[in-house]
Amino acid sequence: MLKTFPVGGVHPPENKFSKGKKIETLPLPKTVTIPTGQHIGAPTKVVVKRGDEVKVGQLIAQAGGFVSANIHSSVSGKVKKIDEVFDSSGYRRTSIIIDVAGDEWMETIDRSDELKKDITLSKEEIVKKVSEMGIVGLGGATFPSHVKLSIPDGKKAEHLVINAVECEPYLTADHQLMMEKGEEIMVGISVLMKATGVNKAIIGIENNKPDAIEHLTKLSNNYNGIEVVALKVQYPQGGEKQLIKAVLNREVPSGGLPLDVGCVVQNVGTAFAVYEAVQKNKPLFERVVSVTGKSVKQPSNFMVRVGTSTDVLIEAAGGLPEDTGKVVSGGPMMGKALSRTDVPITKGSSGVLIFKEEESKREKINPCIRCAKCVTVCPMGLEPYLLMTVTEKQNYEKVEEERALDCIECGSCSYTCPATRPLLDYIRLGKAEVGKIIRQRNQK
Amino acid sequence: MGNFLKVSLSPHVHGGNSVKKEMYGVILAMIPAMLVGFYFFGLDAVRVTAISVLAAVGFEYLIQKFLIKGEPTITDGSAIITGMLFAFNMPSNLPIWIILIGVLVAIGVGKMTFGGLGQNPFNPALVGRVFLLVSFPVQMTTWPKISVLNFSMVDAETAATPLALIKEGLKNGESLSSLMEKIPSTLDMMIGHVGGSLGEVSAIAILLGGAFLLFKKIISWHIPVTMLGTIAVFSGILHFANPEAYAGPLFHLFTGGAMLGAVFMATDMVTSPMTHKGMIIFGIGIGVLTVLIRVFGAYPEGVSFAILIMNAFVPLINTYVKPKRFGEVKK
Repeated sequence: MLKTFPVGGVHPPENKFSKGKKIETLPLPKTVTIPTGQHIGAPTKVVVKRGDEVKVGQLIAQAGGFVSANIHSSVSGKVKKIDEVFDSSGYRRTSIIIDVAGDEWMETIDRSDELKKDITLSKEEIVKKVSEMGIVGLGGATFPSHVKLSIPDGKKAEHLVINAVECEPYLTADHQLMMEKGEEIMVGISVLMKATGVNKAIIGIENNKPDAIEHLTKLSNNYNGIEVVALKVQYPQGGEKQLIKAVLNREVPSGGLPLDVGCVVQNVGTAFAVYEAVQKNKPLFERVVSVTGKSVKQPSNFMVRVGTSTDVLIEAAGGLPEDTGKVVSGGPMMGKALSRTDVPITKGSSGVLIFKEEESKREKINPCIRCAKCVTVCPMGLEPYLLMTVTEKQNYEKVEEERALDCIECGSCSYTCPATRPLLDYIRLGKAEVGKIIRQRNQK
Repeated sequence: MGNFLKVSLSPHVHGGNSVKKEMYGVILAMIPAMLVGFYFFGLDAVRVTAISVLAAVGFEYLIQKFLIKGEPTITDGSAIITGMLFAFNMPSNLPIWIILIGVLVAIGVGKMTFGGLGQNPFNPALVGRVFLLVSFPVQMTTWPKISVLNFSMVDAETAATPLALIKEGLKNGESLSSLMEKIPSTLDMMIGHVGGSLGEVSAIAILLGGAFLLFKKIISWHIPVTMLGTIAVFSGILHFANPEAYAGPLFHLFTGGAMLGAVFMATDMVTSPMTHKGMIIFGIGIGVLTVLIRVFGAYPEGVSFAILIMNAFVPLINTYVKPKRFGEVKK
C-alpha cells in the first residue's frame, strides 16, 4: 500500500498538459521588472539606483533582516527606474526595472554544465551561502531557506523531507526538473543534509510521476542516506504537515513547525536552487514555470528569468486564447488569480494557468445541506461549514476556538461542497480577523 | 484584454458535485425499494407514492411562492425525496385525505417553517408520519395483506405486521415460539414478502439502494452500520437472556422500518451529525431507542420515534463531538 496522509483530502482531475515537455529557456526579455519583495518576511533594501549598470547575478536589493532574502538582477543592463508596479498580488510594490543589454554574468558564477559533487563548504558556510544567494522556498510559500536551515539551539533535525509531491493539478515544473536535473537535485539534497546535520533525507513523490520516482530512486543509490518514497495521489499532500504525516507518520503540533517533530522540509526545486547557489555560486534569479491550461496551444515548461512579464510566457506558449476568463499564478487549488497579465514572474511563481471563460465561473451559492463533506475532506480535522457560519455571524472568538488558524487554505472544502458555498473565502476572512484580535491581545 | 480577467480567491476549480446530484442520487437509490412496494402492494402503492410526491412538491412550491416569497426550490429534488420517504412509511391502503394532511405536516411543519432545505432539525417525512400515527392510529396501523401484483382496486384484506403480531401475542400471554411460527420466514422478510409500510418491506431492495449511496459517497457507512449493529447486539442480548420473551436479532433487523430507517432516514444529511464520531453516537442512540420502544414501549414499531429523538440530539452532538484535529496539542 502506498503511503499517504490519513485524514481528508480530495483528488481533483490532474490535467497535467505540460507533462514531459522539455524545459525551454526563454529568449531574454527586453526589460525586466524585479519586485523587491518576493518572499515572506521583512522587505528588502534597494542597493542600486537609476542609471546603474548591473550584471546577471548582481545584488540589487539586500535582505532587510534575518527572515528576508537578497534579490539579484536576472539580466545585465541598465537600471531604468525604481517604481511602484503591480505584482501578482494585485498591489503595487516597489520594483526595479532594468533595460536588458547583452547577457553579461557576474564572473563569480560557475556557468559550466559540469556536475560538481564535492561539497567543500562547512555547515555554517552553506547556510551563509544560501542566505547570500537569496534562496527561498520555491514551492510557492517563498519562505527564506536559510532560516529553515538554521536550527535553533536546543532543537535537533533528524530528517530532511524533500517535497517533490507537486500535488497541485496542472503544474509540472517540479516533475520536469526532476527528470532533467536529477543529479543536481541529489547533490543539492546532500548539501541541505550537511547544512541541517541530518543523515537521512526522504523524497516524497506522488505515484502519478512513476518516471520521476524511478529516475530519482536509481540516482539515490549513489548518495548516502537519500530515500525516495512513492505516495498515493491525494491533494494536499504537498502541504508540509501532510507530507511529514505521510512519509514519517509524525504530526506537527498545532501552531508548531516541522522542526518540532525533527523535520526540515524543502521543496525539490529549492534543492536544485541550493545546488546552484552552493556548488556553482549562482544566485536565485531564474526558475522553471509551467504555462498550461485546457485552451493553451502549447502547454510548456519554461526556464524564466525573474522579472519577466507573464505576457512573454503566455506568448511563448501560443498566446492568450480568445475565450480566456481567468489567469492564475500558481496551481488551480491555491494559486492567485491575476487581474492583469503584465505582472512579473517572481521566485515563487510555479505556474501560469489559463482558464477558459466557462471554467472561470462560480456556481450559485446554495444553502448548506449539512452533508458533512467539507468536514470529511478537511486534512486538518476542522469543520469548514462551522467556521464559515461563525465568521458570517462575526463571532470571531468562536472562529479562534474552532481553530481557524490551523487552516492551511488548501481549498478542499470549497472544492468539494455540493452547495458551492465559498467556505474558504469566509475562513480566510475569519483567520484575518482572528489574527488582528490576537495581535491586539499581545500588545496589551 | 487584461482588464477583463476575472479574479477570485482560490480554489479556482470545483469538484462538480451539486445539491441536485446528491438529491437525485438518493431518489435513484430509493427506486428498487419503491418497485418492490409496487410489486407486493399493487396499484394502491403506486397511488400512495404518486400522491405523496406530487403533494410534497406542490406544497413546497405553494409555501415557497406565497408564504416565504422566495425563489422556487422544488427542482432541487429534496421535496421529491420527502414525498417518496413519506410514502414508504405509509400503509398502502391509506385514504387520500390522510396522505394529504400528512404531507402538509411533513413539508409545511417539518421543513418549510424552519426555512426550507438544510434548516430543518427533524426528518420531515418522519414528522409527517408520526403526526399521522398519533392522529389516526387505526388507519395508520391497518396494513393490507400482501398480494403479488394485485392491480384490482378492490379493498384488500388486512393483516398485522410481524412486530404488531408479536407485541399483541406476548401481551395476551402466548409463547414467543408459537408466535414466531405465525410470521413469515426471515427469507420472505428479506425479499419483502411481509406486511408493512409500502417501502419498508424488502431489506434486499433497500440494501441495494444503500450500496449505491455508499458507492456514490452520498452517505457514509457510520450511521447505518452502527444503527443496525446496535439493534442486533441489543436485541441479541435480550434474546439470549430470555429466548421465550424476546425475539432475536434477525427478527428485529428484518421487520418494520429498521432497514429503511438505517439506510434512508437516519442518514438524511440535513438531520444527522457532521462528524464521523458524532454519526456513530447517533447510530448507536437510534439502535438502542428502537429496541427499547419495540420491546418495552407501547408501540410495536420504534424506528421513527428513535430517529426523531436522536435528531433532537444532533445540535448537541455537533457542539461537543469534534473531529480529531490535526496536530492536537494535549493540554
